[in-house]
Amino acid sequence: MTATAGRVESTPRVEARGVGLRTGLVTVAFLVAALAVGLAIGPVHIGLGSILDSAFSHVPLLHIHQSLGKDERGILWQVRAPRVVLAALVGGMLAIAGASYQGVFRNPLCDPYLLGVAGGAGLGATLAIIYASAAAAGTTWTVPLAAFAGAIAAVVATYALGRSVGAAHMTGALVLAGVTMATFTAAVQTFVQQQHTQQLQNVYSWLLGGFSTATWHDVAICAPYVGLSSLVLVLHRRVLDVLSLGDDEASSLGVDVGRARLAIVVAATLGTAAAVSVSGLIAFVGIIVPHTIRLLVSTSYRAVVPLSLLAGAGFLVLTDVVARTVLSPAELPIGVVTAFLGAPFFAIVLRTSRTLR
Amino acid sequence: MRFGPVAAVRGLSLRAEAGGWTALIGPNGAGKTSALRALAGLAAYEGEVLVDGRDARRLGRRAVARLVAFVPQKPETPAALTVAEYVLLGRTPHISYLGGEGRRDREAAARALRRLEIESFAARPLGSLSGGELQRAVLARALAQEAPVLLLDEPTTALDLGRQQLVLELIDALRQDGLTVVTTMHDLTLAGQYAERLVLLDEGAVVAEGTAAEVLSAPNVAAHYGANVRIVEDGAGVFVLPLRSR
Ligand SMILES: Nc1ncnc2c1ncn2[C@@H]1O[C@H](COP(=O)(O)OP(=O)(O)OP(=O)(O)O)[C@@H](O)[C@H]1O
Ligand SMILES: [Mg+2]
Repeated sequence: MTATAGRVESTPRVEARGVGLRTGLVTVAFLVAALAVGLAIGPVHIGLGSILDSAFSHVPLLHIHQSLGKDERGILWQVRAPRVVLAALVGGMLAIAGASYQGVFRNPLCDPYLLGVAGGAGLGATLAIIYASAAAAGTTWTVPLAAFAGAIAAVVATYALGRSVGAAHMTGALVLAGVTMATFTAAVQTFVQQQHTQQLQNVYSWLLGGFSTATWHDVAICAPYVGLSSLVLVLHRRVLDVLSLGDDEASSLGVDVGRARLAIVVAATLGTAAAVSVSGLIAFVGIIVPHTIRLLVSTSYRAVVPLSLLAGAGFLVLTDVVARTVLSPAELPIGVVTAFLGAPFFAIVLRTSRTLR
Repeated sequence: MRFGPVAAVRGLSLRAEAGGWTALIGPNGAGKTSALRALAGLAAYEGEVLVDGRDARRLGRRAVARLVAFVPQKPETPAALTVAEYVLLGRTPHISYLGGEGRRDREAAARALRRLEIESFAARPLGSLSGGELQRAVLARALAQEAPVLLLDEPTTALDLGRQQLVLELIDALRQDGLTVVTTMHDLTLAGQYAERLVLLDEGAVVAEGTAAEVLSAPNVAAHYGANVRIVEDGAGVFVLPLRSR
């Protein structure tokens, strides 16, 4: 008995803190609560019980009669639900992409727009809003597609520019190339927009981001990308921890650093581009959410990556609720709300970032 | 191996015996780090590196990582990672690319922690350790890799005299367990005392090689380090003492 106890004591607890059961449950609960709030709150209040009834009434054999009228059902399932789901997808994607970029570039201040996604998408959307809406009568596809294409084009250009510097200084060069690309696309975008001031309002409201026009169609465009890239990123959570040791050590541990980095960057970028193309440019989510998790849970990417996905989804759903209720019936652009909450938060993170490295 | 047109190390032929300790010595910029990085497969080179008789380039990165552990001069130690988490990362070559640690990996990491007597620090973040404790955590990380070859770049630089001996004794103990050790070193006296073979590099070429008594001669040190030294040799070892010229 004593011998056993002695052995137990001398065996150190060697474990990597991943997502603990409690943390995982709390985060899932946060997301579920956020979704419920998102569905319930609005100009027409719909009680949680009615939401559940209505949801389960679609399940055969249960014979639940829903208490909602036809109009309320329409509001719930055709207006609010796609909006809430889209906000969750976009928030989760931006947060997990931000966390991954921060890991790959070993820089806690990186955000998902780092490699020019935002600038490219902004330029693409601006061009579509100004030149295409007249011609194509502004189909629902034009603006997201142009934004997506612009984002991908900008990132490919950033990558080519960064690569031309040479593999040895790749990460630093990529960040600088991203800044270059963002500045350039912003310049072109501003120029085009100033030439067509009559469309300024439309361009502006797209740039600031939002979900006011969200439909199931948008969800369907965005979901496959978000699903696939978050899967790839979650699978890479331990690899991100290895990469935090630096290129040399990761490589001496048998990891093909170049390939791992490329896989992570491609996944994060594709997902971000898809998210941005249906929601516009929503700032700060990719920074606030991962850092909150680092401060509250762990800096290991095994926790940061999966928890960012869940918490980011819940966070943006709640932010969207704020955006559409504060000035109701008018809506605040959601980018304004995230930035308003994000800037002070960012200041706090900066002040404590000595402990984050 | 070369950087652009400049060959950093030329004509290096090195044979490290199992359970042996080879020290690469030489002045700043001689190519010690470059040679070690080539051995670890971290830098491109011409010629071949054979590990256990097998060509490292054909083995692939992961297989090499299971055979060769490398500790750079200034290892990256993320402050918020715990010692246990850090040491577990040493198991990477034994884990599939997208996999996680299993029981055997945790056991190997626990053994490494015990071997270096830091099991009580397992849950401490790296940022809270003293320099000496951190050095042991780094060694434990390399040890958890369970590679038969251990490459260390200047393991004692920036440590005080006592700590230098502590770390070197530790490495010596690991070598007694059967590890093959290759280190680069600047302290010639210590190099002579711990390593049974010294390889003196200068401008990328091997200029002397052998036991401490053979390599550490006043003319050698003068020619390659440009230093004026007195060599004192007695039963306890070869001592390289700096001597002012005038
Ligand atoms: N990335 C690089 N690009 C170009 N030259 C390099 C590079 N790394 C090292 N060198 C050069 O190769 C030579 C050998 O460098 P190395 O780092 O191997 O020296 P060292 O013997 O470890 O020196 P020290 O004792 O100062 O650590 C030096 O002349 C150095 O300037
Ligand atoms: Mg060196």
